[in-house]
Amino acid sequence: MTIAIASGKGGTGKTFVSVNLFFSLSEEGRNVVLADCDAEAPNAAGFFDTQVLSATHIFQMVPVINEQACTWCGRCQEYCAYHAIFLVASMEVIRVQEDLCHGCGACLLACEDGAITEDKRSVGTVTQFNVPGHGVLTEARMQTGVMSPVPVIKAAITRARSLPGTLILDAPPGTSCPFIHTVAAADYVVLVTEPTPFGLSDLKQSLEVLKQLNKPAGVVINRSGTKDREMQAFLLQEHIPLLLDIPFERSIARDHSRGRLVAAGRADLQENFNGMYRKIRQYVGNGSHQR
Amino acid sequence: MLETAVISGKGGTGKSSVSAALASLHERVVLADCDVDAANLYLLFRPDEESSESFCGGTKAVIDPDRCTGCLRCVALCRFGAIEPDGKVVSISEVSCDGCRLCARLCPEGAIRMVQQCDSRLVSGTFRYGELVYGRLAPGEENSGKLVGLIRDRARSLASRQGIGHILLDGPPGIGCPVISTISGTGRVLVVTEPSLSGLHDLQRAIAVCRSFGPEIQVVINKHDLNPEGSRKIIGWCGDNGLRVTARLPFDPLVVRAMSAGRTITEYAPDAPVSKKIRNLYDRLF
Repeated sequence: MTIAIASGKGGTGKTFVSVNLFFSLSEEGRNVVLADCDAEAPNAAGFFDTQVLSATHIFQMVPVINEQACTWCGRCQEYCAYHAIFLVASMEVIRVQEDLCHGCGACLLACEDGAITEDKRSVGTVTQFNVPGHGVLTEARMQTGVMSPVPVIKAAITRARSLPGTLILDAPPGTSCPFIHTVAAADYVVLVTEPTPFGLSDLKQSLEVLKQLNKPAGVVINRSGTKDREMQAFLLQEHIPLLLDIPFERSIARDHSRGRLVAAGRADLQENFNGMYRKIRQYVGNGSHQR
Repeated sequence: MLETAVISGKGGTGKSSVSAALASLHERVVLADCDVDAANLYLLFRPDEESSESFCGGTKAVIDPDRCTGCLRCVALCRFGAIEPDGKVVSISEVSCDGCRLCARLCPEGAIRMVQQCDSRLVSGTFRYGELVYGRLAPGEENSGKLVGLIRDRARSLASRQGIGHILLDGPPGIGCPVISTISGTGRVLVVTEPSLSGLHDLQRAIAVCRSFGPEIQVVINKHDLNPEGSRKIIGWCGDNGLRVTARLPFDPLVVRAMSAGRTITEYAPDAPVSKKIRNLYDRLF
């Protein structure tokens, strides 16, 4: 079973839920794998004592133009849907904007003069860490200056999937491509939200996207307090399961901010995370998806 | 016209709370919410006289199964793994399609066409401190950077039409395409960080991206008292790298309560220590 932990806005506590769920499940003796898919700001590894198992560069292909062979016909520019080829035929100038290139290979097929070949460009790394006693953590990390984290996220999920056990995906924030590519790989999506008007608005947007993708989802309210009746009412009305309610406690905020695993010292939280997992298993069909 | 972008390497550092408070201290400002995935400032400021227009982002390939002969040329061409054999024809995954149109160009049967996705919106309206511009990216839509570019164009034209001197851009989280669109060509970037385990690391990545565009960079440490040691590390690193820490804001649950009440912190609790710090920040910036 693959569970994605996501949220519409950043900072609601996705990583908090991901690392503590991973920890709590492994403490119960379950086989569990964590993949940090927030490739623009990967943070999960810092919560554990880790040993690097492997680190792999992820490459994307970019065109290389042989100006001697180029006839300045402009077909490659016409084929490029991303405006990554800059051409001034009258001055015989042609350049590739590597950061705009998506590596689709269209220019290569467009060129009839054999003037285009390809080279690899690193867009990030996928690192696998051993977390002794708990399992394996796979981290997607986009290189700075790269536009899209999607290729690195996809590579990290593929690697994490090759390991046995329940897979937890710490998803990137938002509802656009990086989020979609992450949740597309999940059997169930946990949306972490906070009881503010912003939290509710972002939650509704995330739920709408997940409905379109046909992904079942439940909600964790983080930093809950007395004022979240509107949120609870919304969940009841929409028949969306409330999986867990994490109270607003300064000590939790402080310990998490210092890089501590809050569940490690709190049996009650550990049990709550395990309870959440059991609920999810029921929703996905008594673990029938389990590999 | 001065453009100031507020960003943060990771989400949840309090970027929008800070931008909203800074906006509410202006008499007139153009506030541009560039977090097109999770636009929030309109909920707080409830602008009226909204103008709303649709925005066409990327295109997606769509197969006509009646014309498809199952030759699978498109499957071989697609580098995004978006096309799979499906019975005697193929199916194209909307999620995985990157919109490169190679399959549509080279399908021998002309069975694939590209469909534009036009569900995103660009919205602007008047709010209590000036003009608010924001975007709503349709679910799963590409080209968030392009929508941010349009938001910024609209913000500039509103500012010049109405003689407003300041544009405040509230950026999206992360360091990818929409963030790059938010900061490229702005005069000044305010990076809001927090002293969490990963705060410094995320800050470093955000600064690395900013530096390639050359704006003036200032750092704000939010919730600095939650982890004084972490804050000292951030200040030390900034000092070593020639960066100015313009403000340190204390953690205050009133900030969240203010948002829930639909007010900025400086409106809701003007005498709270955090509000005073934000006013100092405003005075130094504008």
